[in-house]
Amino acid sequence: MLSRTAENLYWLARYVERAEYLARTIDATLRVTALPAAYIGKTNEWDSALLTAGVAESFYRTHEEANEHNVVDYLSFSADNPSSIKNCIEAARLNSRSVRTALTSEMWDTINSAWIELQAVWSKGTSTREDLAKFLRFVQETSLRFDGSAYRTMLRNDAYWFSRLGLHLERADNTARILDVKYHVLLPEEEHVGGPLDFYQWSSILRSVSALTAYHWVYRETLKPWLVADLLILNGTLPRSLASCYDNLVRNLDQIGVAYGRQGPAQRHARGIRNRLEHSNMNDIFQHGVHEFIQEFIADNSRLGEIITKQYLI
Amino acid sequence: MAVAFDEMNIPGGDLRPAYQELARWLKETPPEALEYRRQEAELLFRRIGITFAVYGDSESTERLIPFDVIPRIMSGKEWAVLEKGLKQRVKALNMFLRDIYHGRDILRAEIVPDDLIFQNPVFRPEMNGQQVPHDVYVHIAGIDIVRVDAEDFIVLEDNARTPSGVSYMLENREIMMRLFPDLFARHRVAPVERYPDELLSALRSVAPHSASGEPTVALLTPGVYNSAYYEHSFLADKLGIELVEGRDLIVKNNEVFMRTTEGVKRVDVIYRRVDDDFLDPLTFRPDSALGVPGLMSAYAAGNITLANAVGTGIADDKAIYSYMPDIVKFYLGEEPILKNVPTWRCREPKDLAYVLDNLGELVVKEVHGSGGYGMLIGPAATKATIEAFREKLKREPEGFIAQPTLALSTCPTCTASGLAPRHVDLRPFVLTGSKSTTIVPGGLTRVALKEGSLVVNSSQGGGTKDTWILDE
Repeated sequence: MLSRTAENLYWLARYVERAEYLARTIDATLRVTALPAAYIGKTNEWDSALLTAGVAESFYRTHEEANEHNVVDYLSFSADNPSSIKNCIEAARLNSRSVRTALTSEMWDTINSAWIELQAVWSKGTSTREDLAKFLRFVQETSLRFDGSAYRTMLRNDAYWFSRLGLHLERADNTARILDVKYHVLLPEEEHVGGPLDFYQWSSILRSVSALTAYHWVYRETLKPWLVADLLILNGTLPRSLASCYDNLVRNLDQIGVAYGRQGPAQRHARGIRNRLEHSNMNDIFQHGVHEFIQEFIADNSRLGEIITKQYLI
Repeated sequence: MAVAFDEMNIPGGDLRPAYQELARWLKETPPEALEYRRQEAELLFRRIGITFAVYGDSESTERLIPFDVIPRIMSGKEWAVLEKGLKQRVKALNMFLRDIYHGRDILRAEIVPDDLIFQNPVFRPEMNGQQVPHDVYVHIAGIDIVRVDAEDFIVLEDNARTPSGVSYMLENREIMMRLFPDLFARHRVAPVERYPDELLSALRSVAPHSASGEPTVALLTPGVYNSAYYEHSFLADKLGIELVEGRDLIVKNNEVFMRTTEGVKRVDVIYRRVDDDFLDPLTFRPDSALGVPGLMSAYAAGNITLANAVGTGIADDKAIYSYMPDIVKFYLGEEPILKNVPTWRCREPKDLAYVLDNLGELVVKEVHGSGGYGMLIGPAATKATIEAFREKLKREPEGFIAQPTLALSTCPTCTASGLAPRHVDLRPFVLTGSKSTTIVPGGLTRVALKEGSLVVNSSQGGGTKDTWILDE
């Protein structure tokens, strides 16, 4: 297939995944900030929402301080924020338009309908909490529909695999970024001054990757920070864990390698990261430093993006 | 202006035969049902994303072309005449182009003046003496046809460069069949759905000799921002070929390749929807980012077929148009089956004097304009506009032609106040391969939705209709 087509499919999936992640981040932040101050301490949750979205720097170039109003607007609707939800959906539609021939009509319909709704219903942003909740649900449902129609209607060939690569790479990046911002509340009990108020932080993290229920099924325990970290990093059964993303990345890259009859640096690099995750346990990670571990992962993950681009997309 | 020819009603109250069943159906169908299905059609178009861009319109860059649900109907007998005339016309266009870029017999015979060719910006000296594969220049032609009476078909314009609109012909039919299965059941409508197959076989048939047995065809688009982008992606999809942009192609050793995830792959035929000027920055406009550096040398080496060929603009130029009846006679020795609109060439002093005296009645067109831009419709223009145009004409008479204001035929059309006649034209698509010329029965009917308006261009408030040729 055309390199440009593969590139568009890959970015299309990334944009949709990112839009959903931003919606979840806002949703989770709204819940935490709805609690009385005594439960969440003095941290500015809207500031950390910006950090997990990776846009704090650009935000503070034009804003004095972060509050619900301006952060929700910046993450959702701002034209100045290249990765606002609105811009993600617009970029997804533009990508879809240029690869229409590689999309199934169900996928196109999902993105095109979302884009139409974005203009028809959400062009002025949201004015009430209720509106905002509707908007966030709309974004998450768009992503679910897109993912579902890709899964159910695409031929299992390189078009599908490149689209999945984008999805899992973006997802791994998002999960890692939450961990990067919130790692300090995930340290084992003896290592930090925590209180019951951290409970809400932990549940908020889980919520932003839609893993709160999953946690209880996996551990059958009350929330423990190191188990939250274990779930998000090492648990292969949770679709948004780093381990699970890398299982998928390795598989999709292998499928491409087999179809093209050639393996390359992307396959090797992905396998390297997966092996490291497979052979880690939380003890080692805490010994080594969670923060260092996550930062290394983020760098490795974006390196994989570059390698894939070089090997296939240009 | 004469009373327009009504394609459905015969003056006196009778119906033309082709419309009898439709008229019965319309009588049985309540207006609300029609309106409901009209809205449904619009929704479908929007969801499928059948849009076009309007240049210079920053408000909304993507718009729908209004679709009218009342079909335009022609009898099989009428179509047979039109088909024969179209084949004759396109054959002459191809022979004219071959001649202009080779022997130039027609210039020596003084049928067409030299300067109209050599001083014409759409003439491509690069094509002089160049062999194009299978001697086909215009593989895809869109000939704009109007009617003013029951007898004649008149060519309003030849489109021999990158004519667009065929996706509407196909999608309009798709949508009509979805919305009005009952109406189709009562007619025998000739199908149009084989167009993509015909197009692909025409394109494959003109592959260069150096191509492999299974030539690779690709569609070259300027990209998502082009006004006809939807059509490009639609056609690539229906043909099952890659939709490429300039940056997807590279030229090595005078061969053209596309960049794929598995390395480069040779391309043999390019159905290009990029204008000559932007094809190759090394030959034409150096600032073009849409083209492929080196494409023209691969073309000269005979390793790639471009459809349509480079330089076809000289055949559909408005200044050449008025010579078409003579061109047909010169190459084919036949009387032209399709008529021309009488045309005054403003470059000729006698004609110019007449045009200046009668501006209020005439349509004046820029020789190099298209899309209905830069046009004066005398009867509809204000005094001031006419005077402004008069100055333009005097300053640069060779830039214009003038024609009488034609009373284009009308068809029943949905309007805010019920069904009413609106003016229409027709663009059938003529495909020429190495061995045969084919035309799918039908074409794109464009309709001027405003009462009395004669401008059918989509960029200026025109809509489209499904076109039915009855299979009798």
